[in-house]
Amino acid sequence: MQLIPCPWCGPREEVEFHYGGQAHVAYPAESAALSDEEWAKFVFFRDNPRGPFAERWSHAAGCRRWFNAVRDTRSYELLAVYRPDQERPVTT
Amino acid sequence: MTTGNPPARPGADLPDHPSFLWRNPDPATSYDVVVVGGGGHGLATAYYLAMVHGITNVAVLEKGWLAGGNMARNTTIIRSNYLWDESSGIYEHALKLWEGLEDELGYPILFDQRGVLNLAHSLQDVRDSVRRVNANRLNGIDAEWLDADGVKEVCPIINVSPDVRYPVLGATYQPRAGIAKHDYVAWGFASVADRLGVDLIQNCEVTGIETAGGRVTGVNTTRGRIAAGKVALCASGHSSELAAMAGIELPVQSHPLQALVSELLEPVHPTVVMSNAVHVYVSQAHKGELVMGAGIDSYNGYGQRGSFHIIERQMSASLELFPIFARAHVLRTWAGIVDVSPDASPIIGLTPVDGLYLNCGWGTGGFKATPGVGDCFAHTIANDKPHPYNEPFTLERFTTGALVDEHGAAAVAH
Amino acid sequence: MTADFRLPRGGRIDRDSALRFTFNGLSLTGRQGDTLASALLANGVHQVTTSIKYGRPRGIMAAGVEEPNALVQVAEPFAEPMLTATTVELYDGLVADGLVGHGRLTDEPDPARYDSKHAHCDVVVVGAGPAGLAAALTAARSGARVVLVDDQNEAGGSLLGTDDYLDDRPSDAWVRDVVAELDATPDVLLLNRTAAFGAYQDGFVLALQRRTDHLGFDAPRHIARHRIWRIRAKQTVIATGAHERPIVFGDNDRPGIMLAGAARTYLHRYGVQVGRRVGVFTTNDSAYVAAIELAEAGVDVPVLIDARHDVPPKLGAECAARGIDVYAGHVVTGTEGRDHLTDVHIGSLTGWHADTVVCDTLLVSGGWNPAVHLFSQLGGALRYAPGLGAYVPGERLPTARAAGSAAGAFEVTTCIEQGAGAGRDAARAAGFSPGVEVAVPVADARAEETPSAVLWSVPGEPNGVFGAEYVPNAPFGSVPDDARFVDLQRDATVSDVLRATGAGLSSLEHVKRYTTIGTAHDQGKTSGLLAAGIVADALGEDLADRRPTTFRPPYTSVPFAALGGRDRGELYDPVRVTALHDWHVAHGAEFEDVGQWKRSRHYPRQGEDMHAAVLRECRAAREGVALMDASTLGKIDVQGPDAAELLDMLYTNMMSTLKVGRIRYGVMCGIDGMVIDDGTVIRLTEDRFLLTTTTGNAAMVLDWVEEWLQTEWPHLRVFATSVTEHWVTVPLVGPRSREVLATLAPDLDVSNDAFGFMTWQDGTVAGIPARVCRISFSGELAYEINVNAWHGLALWEALIEAGEPYGITPYGTETMHVLRAEKGYPIVGQDTDGTVTPQDLGMSWAVSKKKADFIGKRSFARPENLRPDRKHLVGLLPADPTVLLPEGGQIIESDHLPEPPVQCLSPHSPAGLNRAHRVVAQPPVRMLGHVTSSYDSAALGRTFALAVLRSGRERIGEKLYVPIGDQLAAVTVTETVLYDKEGARRDG
Repeated sequence: MQLIPCPWCGPREEVEFHYGGQAHVAYPAESAALSDEEWAKFVFFRDNPRGPFAERWSHAAGCRRWFNAVRDTRSYELLAVYRPDQERPVTT
Repeated sequence: MTTGNPPARPGADLPDHPSFLWRNPDPATSYDVVVVGGGGHGLATAYYLAMVHGITNVAVLEKGWLAGGNMARNTTIIRSNYLWDESSGIYEHALKLWEGLEDELGYPILFDQRGVLNLAHSLQDVRDSVRRVNANRLNGIDAEWLDADGVKEVCPIINVSPDVRYPVLGATYQPRAGIAKHDYVAWGFASVADRLGVDLIQNCEVTGIETAGGRVTGVNTTRGRIAAGKVALCASGHSSELAAMAGIELPVQSHPLQALVSELLEPVHPTVVMSNAVHVYVSQAHKGELVMGAGIDSYNGYGQRGSFHIIERQMSASLELFPIFARAHVLRTWAGIVDVSPDASPIIGLTPVDGLYLNCGWGTGGFKATPGVGDCFAHTIANDKPHPYNEPFTLERFTTGALVDEHGAAAVAH
Repeated sequence: MTADFRLPRGGRIDRDSALRFTFNGLSLTGRQGDTLASALLANGVHQVTTSIKYGRPRGIMAAGVEEPNALVQVAEPFAEPMLTATTVELYDGLVADGLVGHGRLTDEPDPARYDSKHAHCDVVVVGAGPAGLAAALTAARSGARVVLVDDQNEAGGSLLGTDDYLDDRPSDAWVRDVVAELDATPDVLLLNRTAAFGAYQDGFVLALQRRTDHLGFDAPRHIARHRIWRIRAKQTVIATGAHERPIVFGDNDRPGIMLAGAARTYLHRYGVQVGRRVGVFTTNDSAYVAAIELAEAGVDVPVLIDARHDVPPKLGAECAARGIDVYAGHVVTGTEGRDHLTDVHIGSLTGWHADTVVCDTLLVSGGWNPAVHLFSQLGGALRYAPGLGAYVPGERLPTARAAGSAAGAFEVTTCIEQGAGAGRDAARAAGFSPGVEVAVPVADARAEETPSAVLWSVPGEPNGVFGAEYVPNAPFGSVPDDARFVDLQRDATVSDVLRATGAGLSSLEHVKRYTTIGTAHDQGKTSGLLAAGIVADALGEDLADRRPTTFRPPYTSVPFAALGGRDRGELYDPVRVTALHDWHVAHGAEFEDVGQWKRSRHYPRQGEDMHAAVLRECRAAREGVALMDASTLGKIDVQGPDAAELLDMLYTNMMSTLKVGRIRYGVMCGIDGMVIDDGTVIRLTEDRFLLTTTTGNAAMVLDWVEEWLQTEWPHLRVFATSVTEHWVTVPLVGPRSREVLATLAPDLDVSNDAFGFMTWQDGTVAGIPARVCRISFSGELAYEINVNAWHGLALWEALIEAGEPYGITPYGTETMHVLRAEKGYPIVGQDTDGTVTPQDLGMSWAVSKKKADFIGKRSFARPENLRPDRKHLVGLLPADPTVLLPEGGQIIESDHLPEPPVQCLSPHSPAGLNRAHRVVAQPPVRMLGHVTSSYDSAALGRTFALAVLRSGRERIGEKLYVPIGDQLAAVTVTETVLYDKEGARRDG
C-alpha cells in the first residue's frame, strides 16, 4: 500500500484515493466534427506505458480533489504530483 | 507415533511430469510464424498451428521462462457460462476442447470438472443470473439456477444464512466448469509443440517489430533479428508495448491482479465459488491448497505486485462466505499483469499490418480460454482470416460500438 | 518411549512450572518458556509426523520458522491447522498432533477477535537480535521514533541460543540493558511475538502479533487474539538474521537429524540436549561450537565430520580435547534407523575411507542463508556471495538496509556494529542527528578460523556412494528411488531435481514447479537454495549468473482471520439505513439490499406472502393513498453561476431552460452513450439545482459530476454537495394523496392549478418545514415530501395518521417497481445493463436536439447506435394472464423449445455426478432479448413484463416465446405503457 502525496493534504494512504487513468486527455472541443475513429480513440484508447505515466488521481476519502501524478508503472514510484491545471512536469 | 502412515493420500502429490519436455534451441534466422509470448495462449497457438494446420516452422519467443507470466499466476478457473453469444461461443469452444485435452496432449492436465457457482447477493444479481442461465442453456451450455439451499447442497461450507451482510440468494451453477493444473497445461502444449518441430525459445525478448510496405517481415530480439512471415502477439499485460512497436494503439490497460494460496488442507471445498458482490473466487486445488483470487488493483502497473489492502479485503470477503476458512493461513501472495479492455472482452484477430495478428485484452479471463484461443488464433493466422468464434472480437468494434460488454451480467469476468 | 532429555540446569525456562500437554495422544509435561518442539525434545520425542509422499518418519529439524518437518495441528484450546512445533509456545492443556501434509479446518466457528493497528515511525527495525537491538537503540538515541518488531517471546534473537558473554556478562544482561533503555525511551515501541511478514513500498511493513496464543486456555476473550500491525516508517532496518542450511545426503530425513544451530538453541534456550550420542556434519566452523558446547553439557559427541580438508586449528583442538574425533574431508553418505537415527555412514571425499558411526542424533550445518526475504520483497536486488554459498542484499536501497546476519555477517560484534551503523544511517536519513553511540561490547564467542565450504549435496549416486554399498533404508513408508531429500516437506529429492534438468528445464522456476520444491508451508526456507545450487551444478553454471526466485509475502504464514480483522459480519460493509428504518422494522417490513442501503421491500401483514402484500400495496396506491420511504435516493445540491451549463453537459436533456420552481426528469449517459443514471432535477434558484439519483448510483454520480467539473471544466463556477442523508423523502401516492396533504399542509394550495405537475413548493407539512414536489413514479397523483431527516419520523407518522381515514398504506420497493412498470418507466440497472441508450428506452424525447454537445451525444452517431435492429424496451403480455415470466427469461421466436441442450444436475441430486454430464450438440437458439421486469398487476388484473427486444418497437403485436424451465410461454409484444395510457390519473 503506497503513500500518495496529495498536493492539498500531504501524504496519505493509498486506500483514500481513487484512480482516474491517463491525464491530459482533453474532452474534444468539437465532438460532432470527429470521425468515428477519432471519437473511439477518445472514448476507449489510453496510453499504457511501461514506465513514467501521467495519470489522474482523486483524493476520494480526503479532500475529494483531483490531481495529476507522474508515476512509474514498473516501480509504482510517484515521480511528481501536480494540480490538474499544471503542465506535466519533467521527471527523470 | 511409532509407525508410519500409509503413504501418498489422494491428492497429496501430483502426477509426475515426463522425463523430457522440450529442446532449448537457439533461434533460427527465419520462421514462417513467430509467436511472441510463451504463455498458455502462445504455446497453445503454436500447438494448433503445427497440429491442425501443419505449420511447424514456428518459433515461440518468450522473454523469461515458458508459461511464467499470467499462466503461472492465475487461479485456473475454467468455465463457459458467459452472457453474450459471442463470449459463450469462444469460451464454450474452449471448454469442449478442455474436455478432450488430456487425451489429445497425452499430458495429465488434471482438468477436474467440479463445477462453478456464481453467487447472487441482491435481487438484481438474481435477475442477471437467471438471464445468464437462460442464455447459456439456449446456447447449448450447461447452466442452472440454484436457490440458497441448492447452493448449500453443492458446496456445504458456504454460509447461506440470511443474517450475513450480503446473504447468498442463490447461484448459477455450471457443472462442467472446473479447474486444471496450469503448469501441466502449458507444459503439455509446449512439449507436444516442441515434438512437432516448434522452436520454444526462452530468455528472448522482442525489442522491435519490422515491417515493410505495410507487411510484417520479422522481429528484433535480445537474441538477434528473426525474420518472420507472420507474427502473432500473445503477450497479455505487455501487449500495448508490443503492438506499439508496430505502430498499433490498443484500448487496453495493464493492471496488477493478485492471488494467494493457503497451506495444504484436507478437502473442504468441493467446487469453485465466485462472487462478485462479496468479491471472492476460490477453489481448493489438487494438492489441497485453497487458491483464491483477489480484486484487481485500480492503477496501471507492470510490477507484478499489488497493494496489500486488496489482500486484506479479500480475506474479509472470503470469511463472509466461508467462515470455515478463518483458521486457514495465507502462505503466499503474488500478482500478474492483466490487460483489461473496455468491454471486458478480448481482442483477437487481424491488425492494420499484414501478417501481424493480435490476441490480447483477456483481462482476468485468459486461462479458461487457452485451448479455444489457441485453436481460433491459429486458424486466424493460418488463413489470414478470423475463425468464426473470434470474428466478433475485433479491434474495430471500439470504433463501431459493437462491444461485447461482459461487465453487466457476468461481472466477475475471471 | 519417552525419556528425560532436560539438562539439570540452563535454559530460559521456568523449572518450577509443569505444563501438561498432549501430543499425538501422548501425555507429556513441559516447562514455561518451552516451545512445543523443545518440550517434545525434552521428552525425547523427535518424530512429529510422517512425510507426505513416502510416509517416512520425520522429526524436528530446526528451532524456528524455517522448520520444514515438524508441522502440527493444534486441537486444543484453539484449533488451528498447520503450525510449526518450533513456533508454538507451550501452555498448559495444549493438545496437538503431527500433520501429514494436510491441515484440517474445523467446523467450529472462530470465536476470537482480530484487529489491526497503524503505527507511524521514523525507523522500523525488524528483528530484535544483536543487530536489531543495536539498530533500534542507536536510532532511538538520536530521537527517532522507533518500532522494533520481533517474532519471539523475548528479545535477543540468536543470543538466546548461545552461552556467549558480552563484556564479561552473559549476553542476556546486554539484551536486558538495551531493552530497558528502549522501554524507557519515549516513542519507542518494542513488539514481541510480532512477525513482520511483508515489506512494501514507502516504508510499509506488515506484522502479525500473536497476542494471546501463548496464554492457552487463559487467553482473555476481550483481547484480540491476533493483531495486524500496519507500520509506516521512513526507514526500515532488516535485522532478520539467517537460517542454517542443511546438506543433502542419503537418508538425510530421519528423526534425529537436525540443524546444528538448532541444537545449540535447544541447549541454551531450553536446557534440552537433543540426543545422547550426537554426531556433527558441517562445512563451516559454526557447527564446531555446537559440538563443543554439547560436549561441555555432558553429551557424548563422538564425531565431527567436516567436508573441508582444512580443520579450524583452535576449534579442532577444542574438539580433540573433548574427545570428539574430527574427520576432515569427510561427508555423511547415508544413515540408518527406523523411526529414529541409529547410525551414520561416513566416507572421505577422496573415497578411500568409509565408516559407520553409532549416533542417535546428527547435527548438520551447510552454512547460513541470510534471511533476505523482506529485502527482496522491497525489490532489493540480491547478490550471490560465493564464500557463503548464499544470497545477500546486493544493492543499497534509499529507505531500507539490512544489518547483521541478514546482511551476511555472523560474528556477534560485527552484527552489533552493523546494526548500530544501520540504526544511525536510518535515523540520519529520517532527519535525526546521531545521539550517543551504542558501545560495541567485547564478545567471547569463538571466531571463525577457516572459510566455509559450499556443499549442496554429498556427491554420489542415489544408490551408492563411491562404491560403498548404499541401500535406501526406509522400514516405514515406501522406499523412494532416491532418499537424498532436498525439500523434506515435499518429499522431493536430488533425483527429482536432476530429472527436471534432464527434461530440458533450466529456469529454477520451472524446476520448482516440476519438483514442487519450495511450495510447502516453509516456502523453501531451507530447500530453495539447495535446489538452486543443485540445478546450477547440474547445468554447469555459476549461481552468481543465475537469478534467484522471487521472495513473496508473507514471510511466514498469516491466518485468514487475522487479515480479515474487524471487517466481518456487519462491519464487512457499512449498513446504511434511513431515518425511518426503525419504523419499518417495527411494522414488519421485509428488506432488500440496494447498494449499502437496507430498503423496505414490502410490508406483509399477518398471513400474507409477498405476492399478496404487493397486490394490496399496489391497490392502495392506485385506489386510495399510499406512501413509501424514498430517502435512499441520492440527492446532490449543485450550485454556482455556471451550474446550468454544467448540467447541460451531464444530462441528455436541456437543463438550463428549466424554470425556477419547476422539475425535469433527466437522463445521464456515459461517454459511450449508454444510460448510467436517471432522476429528477429541480431548480431552486437561478444558480442552484437539486439532483436526485438512483439509490445505488448516488456516490457514482457525485464522483462523475466532480470528475468533469474538476478535471475537464474547472473554469465552471460550480459546487456539488451530497445531501442524501439530509433529507427524508416520502412520496405520497394515490388519488387521495391530495386530501391527505391538504390536511397536514393547510397553508399550501395543493390544487392542480396552484401546484401543477413537475413543480415544487416549500411549505409546512405537519408543522415541519418541507419541500413538496409534484412528481410521480407511478402515474398516480403524487406528492414527494422532503423534510429535514431529524423530522422524518414525525412527518411519516403524521402522514400515517392523517391518511388513516383513507386507508393509507406503506409500500416498499416491490410495489414501487410494479407501479412504475405498469407505466413503462424503466429502472436504470434493472431494465438497463450498460448497453442501453436513451433511444433504446424510447426516450428520445429526453435527448436534447438543441444542445451542441453533452456527454454521450457523439456516441449516438456510431454505426452500432444507428442500427435499425437495436434492442428496444417493450412490454410483454403472456398469453396466459396468470403466467409470471421469469425476470431474466430470454425471448425467442421459435415456438418449439429444443431438447435441453445439456443434461443438467438437479440441485437435489447428490454432488459428484459432475463427470456424467454430456453436452448434446445443439445449434444455439437465436435470442432476441430478455425479460427485465415482470410482475403480477393488481391494476391490470394479469401478469405483464418489460423486456429489451431486438427491433422491439417494430414487433408490437408479434407473438414470441419465453422459455420457463422446459416449457415455453407465449407472449405478445406491446408498448411499454400498459396502464392509464392517456395519463389521466396524474393530476388526480
